[in-house]
Amino acid sequence: MFDHWLGKLTIHVIPYDNPIIMSAAAFMALVILLVLGALTFYGKWTWLWKGWLTSLDHKKIGSMYVILAMVMLLRGFVDAAMMRTQQAMAAGADPGYLPPHHFDQIFSAHGTIMIVFMAMPFLTGLINVVVPQQIGARDVAFPFMNAVSLWLTVAGAALILLSLVVGTFSRAGWTGYPPYSELQYNPGVGVDYWILPLVISGVGTTMTGINFIVTILRKRAPGMTLMRMPLFTWSALCTSVLMVLAFPALTVVTVLLGLDRYAGMHFFTNGQGGNMMNYANLFWIWGHPEVYILILPAFGVFSEVIATFSGKRLFGYRMMVYAVAVIALLSFTVWLHHFFTMGAGANVNAVFGIATMLIAIPTGVKVFHWLFTMYRGRIRFTAPMLFSVGFIPLFAIGGMTGVVLAEPPADFMMHNSEFLVAHFHNMLIPGALFGYLAGYMYWFPKAFGFTLNDRWGKIAFWNWLIGFLLAFMPLYMLGFMGMPRRMEHYGNPAWQPYLVVAAVGAVFIGFGILSLIVQLVVSIRARQKNRDLSGDPWNGRTLEWATASPPPPYNFAVLPVVTDVDAFAAMKQAGTAWQRPARYEAIVLPRNSGLAFVMGGLAFACGFAVIWHIWWAATATALGALAAVITRAWRDEQEYTLSAAEVQRLGDARFADLENALAAAVGQSETTGNQPVPQV
Amino acid sequence: MEAMELTADTAAEQLETDADRAFGFWIYLMSDAVIFALLFATYAVMSRNYADGPSGHALFDLGHTFAETLLLLCSSIAYGFVSLAAARGRRAQALLWLGVAFALGLGFVLMELAEFNAMIAQGAGPDRSGFLSAFFTLVGTHGTHVSFGLIWILVMMAQVAVKGLTASVRSRLLRLGLFWHFLDIMWIGIFSIVYLPGVLQ
Ligand code: HEM
Ligand SMILES: [Cu+2]
Repeated sequence: MFDHWLGKLTIHVIPYDNPIIMSAAAFMALVILLVLGALTFYGKWTWLWKGWLTSLDHKKIGSMYVILAMVMLLRGFVDAAMMRTQQAMAAGADPGYLPPHHFDQIFSAHGTIMIVFMAMPFLTGLINVVVPQQIGARDVAFPFMNAVSLWLTVAGAALILLSLVVGTFSRAGWTGYPPYSELQYNPGVGVDYWILPLVISGVGTTMTGINFIVTILRKRAPGMTLMRMPLFTWSALCTSVLMVLAFPALTVVTVLLGLDRYAGMHFFTNGQGGNMMNYANLFWIWGHPEVYILILPAFGVFSEVIATFSGKRLFGYRMMVYAVAVIALLSFTVWLHHFFTMGAGANVNAVFGIATMLIAIPTGVKVFHWLFTMYRGRIRFTAPMLFSVGFIPLFAIGGMTGVVLAEPPADFMMHNSEFLVAHFHNMLIPGALFGYLAGYMYWFPKAFGFTLNDRWGKIAFWNWLIGFLLAFMPLYMLGFMGMPRRMEHYGNPAWQPYLVVAAVGAVFIGFGILSLIVQLVVSIRARQKNRDLSGDPWNGRTLEWATASPPPPYNFAVLPVVTDVDAFAAMKQAGTAWQRPARYEAIVLPRNSGLAFVMGGLAFACGFAVIWHIWWAATATALGALAAVITRAWRDEQEYTLSAAEVQRLGDARFADLENALAAAVGQSETTGNQPVPQV
Repeated sequence: MEAMELTADTAAEQLETDADRAFGFWIYLMSDAVIFALLFATYAVMSRNYADGPSGHALFDLGHTFAETLLLLCSSIAYGFVSLAAARGRRAQALLWLGVAFALGLGFVLMELAEFNAMIAQGAGPDRSGFLSAFFTLVGTHGTHVSFGLIWILVMMAQVAVKGLTASVRSRLLRLGLFWHFLDIMWIGIFSIVYLPGVLQ
């Protein structure tokens, strides 16, 4: 009776007998308990609920996305470290310490988490914090939908984390290729734990894309034409378009696989008219644009950071804009390069191979423009700048190996080997992740009002750089030596030394992550000393530096008027920056709402119920979600008005801060250039 | 004077927000169109994968499909009258036409369910072959959309009845209209890619 009510869920799905999982679970439980305890001890529950969980402020939503990304980065790294250790050990007679079924779950979880629940929230968070400010807007177009996107992403991430303890995760890789991911070979819940989070968070991401297209196209400050938008905003726009057009493919492919598994259909099965090649097509119609969704915002960050810390306008702004747009467009024309070996034929492969190589052109344009921006600039090597400068040569290497893989004959040799693993990590770590980390350090003061410790940022950079080189350059060699990816154990002893070096690299990366944590702790403790009073700690060039740090909920009391690319730099030059408004006006803002959080909770519960075939709960939570949508659709008044007096009070406080910043700046040497001198 | 200025301001803001929402909704429809496009493509790939099961020729009944089509298209026309009534501020008329659009849409969904039921009863369910999986999923996705549209129509009938044709209600009616007509277009695709070639085979 009870069994029936709980679907496939029994007490035995918890892997008590596995000490590794149990200690990880205990650690997770401990952290959660500590956090809950601390919240209770310091009486912070209302602060958390009112200030954060129900907030519709895009800056807070963005910060929560980044926090999620950091947590998932830790988890993804632990997975990576376990794989690195296993592969360093498991040669010849030594079986290593991980059984195959566990190792397979680890690489599947690592890939899925890193891409969908680390990188995606990270870039979405940065976009959220920065873009509305960069375009001189008071908010995003749809603040409530923004919160729903966030909580759906969190729900997906939570489901994946849960799979560690309740049941098992997929063993079918982050790509989930059938027929292996079909019921026939994977009757457990593992693959379902992969499908449901992707569906849930994918819906959230599609909504994020819609939100930012509308925000960027319709909410720009007066005078900000498209060709005056900062590059980060441009890349956010292109990324959003890709999200809207590509994520439906992920939704379709995962749902179809789900229909095979839940409803006995035959989309991708062996026999009965299934066609698993269709899966590869659908998956990569999402998958390839997805890697550009990951990299374009990083390109945007590099463009901002390099221009700011070179003290120059970005070289060839127009070209840079066209390059991002062309990359975004081309990203839809190359998906087949992920399965050249499927046998579509020489001509088809040639077309897609050439299309792939074409992408190298706009990408090369960007690399040279970053270099030319630095040329003859007054470069300040801060931590975000180091990440950006480090990115350039490493990315060039990754790009070149990509062009190698784009040649079908070469790909036939390299496909599925460690060469490929080296290539995509080469793009994802120095390319995407370095960009996010640079963005995180660059914009942190904007979000929280104090700068991060630069020394620890630099230590983190060097650890990441050395760690990356050690961990992944050997993999190129291993690829040439014929080592396939996803090996839990191997017989060829010649591979082992390289894998040991790679493991040492992972240790360095671990130190890199540790340095990031230390940086955060040190900076929080010294926050009074490092307060950013001016709102413009780097002598920035774009509008987000015109607001206070952290900005008031409405960002701008008076909407700025834009006359140039690098709007804020132009204002500072013309002496029109930091002008006290003659008169403050009342401002309409979105009211807090707990409904988005509730929807995320319902999505989590519904996903869990579907994974475990608890159909009554799935129905109930789905109906609950529908009711929540209708409730929201019923309300007309979702805003409140901040009175002119209140805006004035915040504005006066801001100008008092600016005067203090001015006083502090006068005593400083002029050569650092790190402190602008506000003229109040 | 001050107060009047303020209301004029909020009215302008409301218009602006509604325009944002309409634009956002168009973009949503584009992404939904991608979903349909991929399902159409999948159907095209699998349309001959009978696995020794029945083909479209054996299963489809053009008369039935034609009746479904008429219901859906008439529902869309009825929705056109909703828009006209809303634009003229005629609440009762808007309600009436919403009711008509709902009834016709419901007829469509019921006919589709009847078709599905009959097919499943004769052993031609979605688990029979790749072709049938693709068929049920494509047509069923459309049917699910229509069903959600029906719920939305009900919600809007309630809103028109309770709130009247306020600016927000009218802007919601506009978006519902976009959705409803969009589903027509998808259906025409289904009719000409699934049913017609199936019958003509
Ligand atoms: C932090 C340092 C990282 C290390 C040490 C690391 C290590 C690894 C290892 C050892 C594998 C398995 C290779 C194999 O199949 O033989 C792997 C796979 C993978 N990694 Fe990473 N990784 C790191 C960061 C990342 C990041 C940042 C991303 C994405 C943003 C990422 C995405 C992936 C993906 C997609 C796979 C493929 C999973 C699969 O085979 O299904 N990794 N990584
Ligand atoms: Cu690709």
